[in-house]
Amino acid sequence: MSNLDNLNNKNISEAIESSKALPLEVPAREGTKFDGEANIWKILEQVTDPEIPVLTITDLGIVRAVKIIETLQNPPLGGGGAGIEVIITPTYSGCPAMDMIAMNIKLALLENGYSNIKITSVLAPAWTTDWMSEAGKRKLKKYGIAPPRLRSDGTSDLQCPQCNSTNTKLISEFGSTACKALYQCNDCKEPFDYFKCH
Amino acid sequence: MQETESSKIEKNSENSESSKSPLWGVRGLLHLADNTLILAQRNAEWCGHGPILEQDIAITNISLDLIGQSRNFYQYAAQLINKNIKPAESEAPPSEVPDREGTKFDGEASEDSLAYLRTEREFKNCLLVEQENGDWGQTILRQFFFSAYQYFLYEKLQNSHDEQIAAIAAKALKEVTYHLRWSSEWVIRLGDGTEESHQRMLKAIDELWRYTGELFVAADYELEAGFDPGLLKDEWMKKVTAVFDEATLPIPPLGGGGAVFMQTGGKTGVHTEQLGFILTELQYLQRTYPGAEW
Repeated sequence: MSNLDNLNNKNISEAIESSKALPLEVPAREGTKFDGEANIWKILEQVTDPEIPVLTITDLGIVRAVKIIETLQNPPLGGGGAGIEVIITPTYSGCPAMDMIAMNIKLALLENGYSNIKITSVLAPAWTTDWMSEAGKRKLKKYGIAPPRLRSDGTSDLQCPQCNSTNTKLISEFGSTACKALYQCNDCKEPFDYFKCH
Repeated sequence: MQETESSKIEKNSENSESSKSPLWGVRGLLHLADNTLILAQRNAEWCGHGPILEQDIAITNISLDLIGQSRNFYQYAAQLINKNIKPAESEAPPSEVPDREGTKFDGEASEDSLAYLRTEREFKNCLLVEQENGDWGQTILRQFFFSAYQYFLYEKLQNSHDEQIAAIAAKALKEVTYHLRWSSEWVIRLGDGTEESHQRMLKAIDELWRYTGELFVAADYELEAGFDPGLLKDEWMKKVTAVFDEATLPIPPLGGGGAVFMQTGGKTGVHTEQLGFILTELQYLQRTYPGAEW
């Protein structure tokens, strides 16, 4: 329960001091707000999950909205002016990666010339694996983690990420992170992580 | 016609009242937060000591979920406390005495100050969650009793008029569903396992059953929030009975001469001796090095 918010702001102040020339306003992007947002989404697509680095935060569906705001209320760096608000949602209530994800978003946007970035975490609606992108699921499988899959009757339809067999057994309901369970393939015998439906 | 009209009005006034009253106050939030924090701390004691690696990971994962839930409740409580201390100028000053019980510190409240700087009598967790881990069976049974309670609790709270409570509960319900499944399976495995595991589960029931009654005794802060935990009792008992039946474990007698006397007090700050030891460990660092951060 450390006060990471202060830490983040401190890091950002340092980052700004070290590169003096950062613009204070949102850079003009083709003149329209919509294009500005699209550019921010492109930057966010580069930010990876610290615990499953093969996935980006947009693959996971953690980023719920991006807002470009003319006057940001309580901007982290003080003063008024335009800013960006990125709205994120945690995968699990206790996900320890959230503070780091928030910091990585800020740093990625700073590196790309944006400033006055506010990260807001919302709980509702609750995150679900339904928000994971198809590209994300393919990347997970290639990485050796069985992606979340549901049959129409609500039961899980998971496949061994190595040999594609559906003949698998549960070893433990809980795996190396809150979002995973541990399975073993009955055919190729390989143990593997399964990204739980949530 | 007239009857319909008047019942409509009655219904309306009921609605307007119910949309006003059921916001959770600081003490109610602290109760919810303390429950999850203390059980998380107890489960975390297993870290590195679980019977097998996978279950060591499981119990500490549950611990992590519970810490996350307690952070959400503490943050909400801190918001309310700080609002009471310094009401925004545009807002009318709070009509009541600020609800600051359990926040004996200068400056603003935070999730950290609420977890680390309150004393034993200020914690409002129920007695069940502070009980000793005992053996694996006792830890499992405590988790099962509490997860079953939390499941029905969050199921209700996700429809609360208090939007922030509803959001926290809806999120946590997904996690608790998983905890309940996991702990139910373990109760069945141990109860209907070997003679030794069955005996140990009987001993665990003997140890813990007396703390389950308190879960359903309403505290004033729950009633003020428009919530009566007594309404959860039937569903809880149905779930426990179903799992115990499959586990070949007996439900202790509920009434008459053989009924177990139910211990209460935790929700109002009167704890068993266990809590002091937990807080000594939990709060040691912040008490010794105030304000220390990672």
